[in-house]
Amino acid sequence: MNLYIFYGLSTIMIFSSLMVLISKRPIHSLLYLIFSFFTLAGHYILLNAQFLAVVHIIVYAGAIMVLFLFTVMLLNLNNVTEERKSRFSQITAVVAAGLLLVSLIGAMKGLKIDPAFDPASLQIGTVKNLGQVLFNQYLLPFELASVLFISAMVGTVMLGRKEINY
Amino acid sequence: MEGTQEIIKVIPINYYLIFCTILFCIGVLGVLVKRNALVIFMSIEMMLNSVNLLLVAFSVYRGDPSGQIFVFFVMVVAAAEVAVGLAILVMTYRTTHSIDVNLLTRLKG
Repeated sequence: MNLYIFYGLSTIMIFSSLMVLISKRPIHSLLYLIFSFFTLAGHYILLNAQFLAVVHIIVYAGAIMVLFLFTVMLLNLNNVTEERKSRFSQITAVVAAGLLLVSLIGAMKGLKIDPAFDPASLQIGTVKNLGQVLFNQYLLPFELASVLFISAMVGTVMLGRKEINY
Repeated sequence: MEGTQEIIKVIPINYYLIFCTILFCIGVLGVLVKRNALVIFMSIEMMLNSVNLLLVAFSVYRGDPSGQIFVFFVMVVAAAEVAVGLAILVMTYRTTHSIDVNLLTRLKG
């Protein structure tokens, strides 16, 4: 059963990721991207990473997607027909990505990973467990993340100003 | 949770490796093929997501919560990156009235 769920989610996700690249209009790419994010949340739930599934939906489908949508709509990009790259560079890009895929999969051929299975750590994905790890072991990075957000916010406001007069 | 145990038994970690590699390569392909800066951003998000999924899979299979904390921080950085990136995008659109990345070659000066 779980294997079929895995296959189904993976197929849908690869399909919608390809559709992001194939679709002409940015808004269609964006909708396919949202769809692939939801299937990724399904993958997280399948792996029993409940906290990350919820955070993923909130951050990606809630925040990042709204940012993208606002950009598409504010800039009125919906009717912009994108100019294609030249045929030669398209073929080169496909060949390069394919070579990357082949070499990465070739690198993991014959890889043997035995899951160091520990019955005590089955519930690592729950909010309680992750919260304890986050606020004990990773407290400093967590606080530094807020500094990162402050600087990103200041930078965004600086960039988004209408005129910069020095 | 017996569910996790069953998943670890049924789905080998290699499936996740191959699936995430395919997703990552689709993202690389998007960055290389597209000229629309917005779609390039989306491809970067796809690459980040594939790496996230692989980290979660390894974290569950090895029984180590650090992997999931790392995914949390990757999401934090991705959110900040998208905010700044889209602000830059809006700025370039204001000056060039296009989000074609090929026009950015004039940054060479």
